[in-house]
Amino acid sequence: MSGIIGKKVGMTSIFSADGRNVACTLIEAGPCVVTQVKNVESDGYNAIQLAYGERKEKNTPKPLMGHFKKAGTTPKQKVVEFRDFRVEFEGQVDLGKTVKSEQVFVEGDFVDAIGTSKGKGFQGVVKRHGFAGVGGQTHGQHNRARHPGSIGACSWPSRVFKGMRMAGRTGGDRVKVINLRVLKIYPEKNLILVSGSVPGAKNSFVILEK
Amino acid sequence: MSELIKFVEEEYKDVRSKFPSFKAGDTINVHVKITEGNKERVQQFQGTVIQRKNPNTNGETFTVRKISNGIGVERIFPIIGPSIEKIEVLREGKVRRARLFYLRGRHGKAAKIKEKIRARK
Repeated sequence: MSGIIGKKVGMTSIFSADGRNVACTLIEAGPCVVTQVKNVESDGYNAIQLAYGERKEKNTPKPLMGHFKKAGTTPKQKVVEFRDFRVEFEGQVDLGKTVKSEQVFVEGDFVDAIGTSKGKGFQGVVKRHGFAGVGGQTHGQHNRARHPGSIGACSWPSRVFKGMRMAGRTGGDRVKVINLRVLKIYPEKNLILVSGSVPGAKNSFVILEK
Repeated sequence: MSELIKFVEEEYKDVRSKFPSFKAGDTINVHVKITEGNKERVQQFQGTVIQRKNPNTNGETFTVRKISNGIGVERIFPIIGPSIEKIEVLREGKVRRARLFYLRGRHGKAAKIKEKIRARK
């Protein structure tokens, strides 16, 4: 799996060749630095570690600083491991080398985007799990339009089963959206335009995988 | 809006600049391309602009309202869409707000918009 780390810039829309209005997300992707190369002999599997975004040395944990020093680069904000980075990039993904978006993706590719969804706070079951609510305000209902209904039976089992879907903290999860098409790549500004929406707020980190 | 989004939307600038400037209250004639099977023809939609949404972005749209056979018809056009061939500004209106939804409840003389009078050059 090959990929790159980026930052969500925001959304816009463009018209496709057949005249359809396509909503798309702009991602500032890369350049990333290879900070570690793992292989079967030493680690049991093949992977590379990419780093993206600047941060100050005083805010960087010492063990992570070691990775950056070895790669000969400045401290980075986000570090992600990509397992089995495609063989075709052999030689381009050695320790300390820079990986740019146009090396990894071409226009027309299908990519997966991983981000952390926006936090929604404490939400009820209708928003959190897609329950339908009670359905109407008649037949004696007056104050339970968005309630979950029954959460179990009576004297058996005398308890609520584990994992019962209920209200609670919503959002802020790692979410993967699959099969987004790469519409355009702007190598001079390290930008990628993908179709559809990408989880997370603006300026949040996004991992693009192919 | 982010500078980077502006950079991406820059390439649609030409599409937008080929149309004359118009505002809510203006009467315009929109030439719309319509594809039927593999034939293409141009239809005209003439009416009053009642709003322009999301100005200066790729998502910009404008709404044109007209009275067709006594029934109010509104049509929303994306400004960078490939379907618009031409826009003609027939009459400039003098209005005091950007969104003329008050026209929806009116008909006849009450729905009339005064013409903007410009000084002769």
